[in-house]
Amino acid sequence: MPASSPGRILYCHCAYAQVVPVETKTAVLEQLSASGVAFEAVPDLCEMSARRDPGLAEIASGGEATIVACYPRAVQWLFNAAGSPLPSEVTVLNMRASAAPEVAAALGLAPRVETS
Amino acid sequence: MTAATLRVVLYEGAGSRPLDAPVRASALRLLLESGYGVTRVAGGAAAVRAPGAGPLAVLGRFEQAQPFAAEGQTDGRPVFFCNVEGLDPPAMLRGIDELHARAGTSPRTKWKPWFPVIDFSRCTNCMQCLTFCLFDVYGVSKDKKIEVQNPTNCKTDCPACSRVCPEVAILFPKYKGGPINGDEVRDDDLHREKMKVDISALLGGDIYAALRQRSTDARARFSRERDEKRALDERRKCLTKLQQALDIPPEVLAALPSRDQIEAKTARLMSGGGEDPA
Repeated sequence: MPASSPGRILYCHCAYAQVVPVETKTAVLEQLSASGVAFEAVPDLCEMSARRDPGLAEIASGGEATIVACYPRAVQWLFNAAGSPLPSEVTVLNMRASAAPEVAAALGLAPRVETS
Repeated sequence: MTAATLRVVLYEGAGSRPLDAPVRASALRLLLESGYGVTRVAGGAAAVRAPGAGPLAVLGRFEQAQPFAAEGQTDGRPVFFCNVEGLDPPAMLRGIDELHARAGTSPRTKWKPWFPVIDFSRCTNCMQCLTFCLFDVYGVSKDKKIEVQNPTNCKTDCPACSRVCPEVAILFPKYKGGPINGDEVRDDDLHREKMKVDISALLGGDIYAALRQRSTDARARFSRERDEKRALDERRKCLTKLQQALDIPPEVLAALPSRDQIEAKTARLMSGGGEDPA
């Protein structure tokens, strides 16, 4: 997917486990926050899948989107388990395997300017 | 298992002033870590369509006074407005917590969402996971397909069923290592000793038969007092080795059902007989 058109953005904070590196998810969230783009952020996609949260169906049916979470295979089958299979136009970015700058670049976010 | 949850909308669209960047980032993190989903609206947008059907709490630095409560224009869902001018993130969270209590929305979970997720592109419906699981996490659908029916029954941090799956089709997204965590399945994984466990070696009391045999052998060689100590040591070593190799909690290993029990369970479920009446 071109970095300039991520579509809707869904960010998962993986709040109930320590499997996504804290520095990665924190940096990605900060860059999203600073970017001025609209996005959805959820505490934990796994928890939403377990209770079949209707929000997953809306995300899955909303057309082009980028999900910032963990392994694409896990995200795909989490949505499937919730009864909301992901369409092919949804891209998954993996914060367990990619560093924050890679994720931000894939989202088309400008590098963060550090200020003292 | 569905319930209305309170969703937070961080509104920085038309008719509001943006939050200061550090406050916004800190508030987002705090809300997420407290279990609230957040929709960030920005870029001059006026309308918001947050996912879900529960109440919305709209936070913003509004330029005009907003009613405390209203109804969504298109879906009628309750909307609460909170002017956060001058509030720090902890104060915002306190306000959201109060709204959450007032709206009676579903409690935020403290549960670590640990449960199996089936990769149906790999699953062959062999039912080994169903027969192996001690906690009735799995069930059979009306069309005789394996499915996860009771995810909250799963034993936290136990990936045992994924170890017995011959197709590496069971994921635990919060597991530390691949491919159980959802990482790509490589050819090596299908043949790796550590991934594949012969179910017959784990089930049906084989472990305990082996342990009993060891104890019997030991008893022949040592005094009674030393026999018992040695048998216990042997048992502990064996279980420790299995636990380390497979990452299966010892209490799960210690509670494995007998082969008769699991075969009866499989037959019952496959015939549509439901759960064990006992």
